[in-house]
Amino acid sequence: MKLHRIMALVVRHLYLYRRSLPRIMEIFYWPFLDLVIWGFITLYLARYQSQVPGFVTFFLGALILWDMLFRSQQGITISFLEELWARNLMNLFASPMKPGEFLIATMIMSVMKVTVVSIVMTGCALLFYSYNILIIGVWLMPFVLNLVVTGWIIGVFTTSLIMRFGQEAEVLAWSMVFLFQPISCVFYPMEVLPTWLQMIAWANPAAHIFEGMRAVLGESASPVGDLVWAVCLNGVLLVMVVAWFYRTVAYCKDQGLLVRVGE
Amino acid sequence: MTPPVLQASDLTKRFGDFTAVNGISFHIKPGEILGLLGPNGAGKTTTIQMLLGLVTPTSGSIHMFGLDLSTHREEILQQVNFSSTYLSMPQSLTVEENLWVVGRLYGMSDMARRVDAIVKKLEMEEFRGKITRKLSSGQMTRLTLAKAFLTEPQILFLDEPTASLDPDVAFKVRSLLKEARRSSGLSILYTSHNMREMEEMSDRIIFLQRGRIVATGTAQEIIDRFGKTDLEEVFLKFAQEQGHSVS
Repeated sequence: MKLHRIMALVVRHLYLYRRSLPRIMEIFYWPFLDLVIWGFITLYLARYQSQVPGFVTFFLGALILWDMLFRSQQGITISFLEELWARNLMNLFASPMKPGEFLIATMIMSVMKVTVVSIVMTGCALLFYSYNILIIGVWLMPFVLNLVVTGWIIGVFTTSLIMRFGQEAEVLAWSMVFLFQPISCVFYPMEVLPTWLQMIAWANPAAHIFEGMRAVLGESASPVGDLVWAVCLNGVLLVMVVAWFYRTVAYCKDQGLLVRVGE
Repeated sequence: MTPPVLQASDLTKRFGDFTAVNGISFHIKPGEILGLLGPNGAGKTTTIQMLLGLVTPTSGSIHMFGLDLSTHREEILQQVNFSSTYLSMPQSLTVEENLWVVGRLYGMSDMARRVDAIVKKLEMEEFRGKITRKLSSGQMTRLTLAKAFLTEPQILFLDEPTASLDPDVAFKVRSLLKEARRSSGLSILYTSHNMREMEEMSDRIIFLQRGRIVATGTAQEIIDRFGKTDLEEVFLKFAQEQGHSVS
């Protein structure tokens, strides 16, 4: 055992942190998010313990729906990363392919991924916990469709960042979506959040879907209002994020980043 | 006089304070092979990237087939392809799968026949079913060449296309390029660090140095103009002036 060799390896890893913001962020990011999510869940349970009907119904339903959003986002971002890892972006962007066609292809991949994951998760929930997600009824499909679109929005946003900042930003492919989790109110109602955070959560389409889900499962209210909010927000945000993606492609071409992004 | 298939006019690319390409103009005629020469950092790669629409010029224009690349990107790139020793393709796909994807991307029909033909032409039969990750560098170069030929382009950009090939395969590739030029009027922009190859292949040569065109003409005209015995000596002169090592 030689200390200098061990230290050489430690220093080798520390060098990475000196100029890698994503790596530094990761140290603080996950503990912070865990604390926020579980903090709000604890608050919710402590405050509304006697009024929360059927934890399993809420939590398993929320978990399955959240996973659909997550897979939808991954379908977009991982498809892009596959091209980046294969150093295939040059082949694609030097072909007649348009950026919009690239996005639509990744969205199709995303739908395929969500479909398979949904079948697997629904089957497992039924088998292991006798939990049937279909108890959400006719609202399930519009909920899922909206979550898929929200996943696309986060996915396109993340893809643009990776395209702009290169492989250094790759970690965002897995971590970005979780930044939205606390304000998506997946496992607790929006009213648990502090007022200032509620205002941010209102701009997040996913928060309205999970509010709607709780309304249906708790048989407390109609989810129509929540759905309308989600559809409108998804529409506006999707247009904005696609426009931003086009702008990023133009910026990368101007700066010569498109040919260097995989290096 | 036949109009050029490619016309680059006063092309400039700046990255911040650094000027990679500085006001170059050139054209390629139908069926012509134009050699692009210059030391590392002379601006060859940036020029090709601008011609492929991967990098936006700071100023100047690029016309191909009489169309402006900035406004007719899709129509132009449908008739253009490229290959480079440094190019990669999806590693988890087989050679044949990669070719099918490229064919679909360019909307080619009759793919089975096309793939068979190009595989045969470039002698790729023995590794057509092989995963791309497992290809040797020579096989990989043949795959990127196959990808370039598959779409039957009118203009081909080739960046060191024979750099990692065995001499016999390199000879076959050069023969294939000459044959394609004869039979279909293919125009080629060609870069190589092999000066003998450049002399053999190019109808005309453009010498780049620090982003500017410093010489243009046939290989012999350029050799004579600088009073050297061959193209390699001319290349060394420009490389030493630029202060770069020649790779």
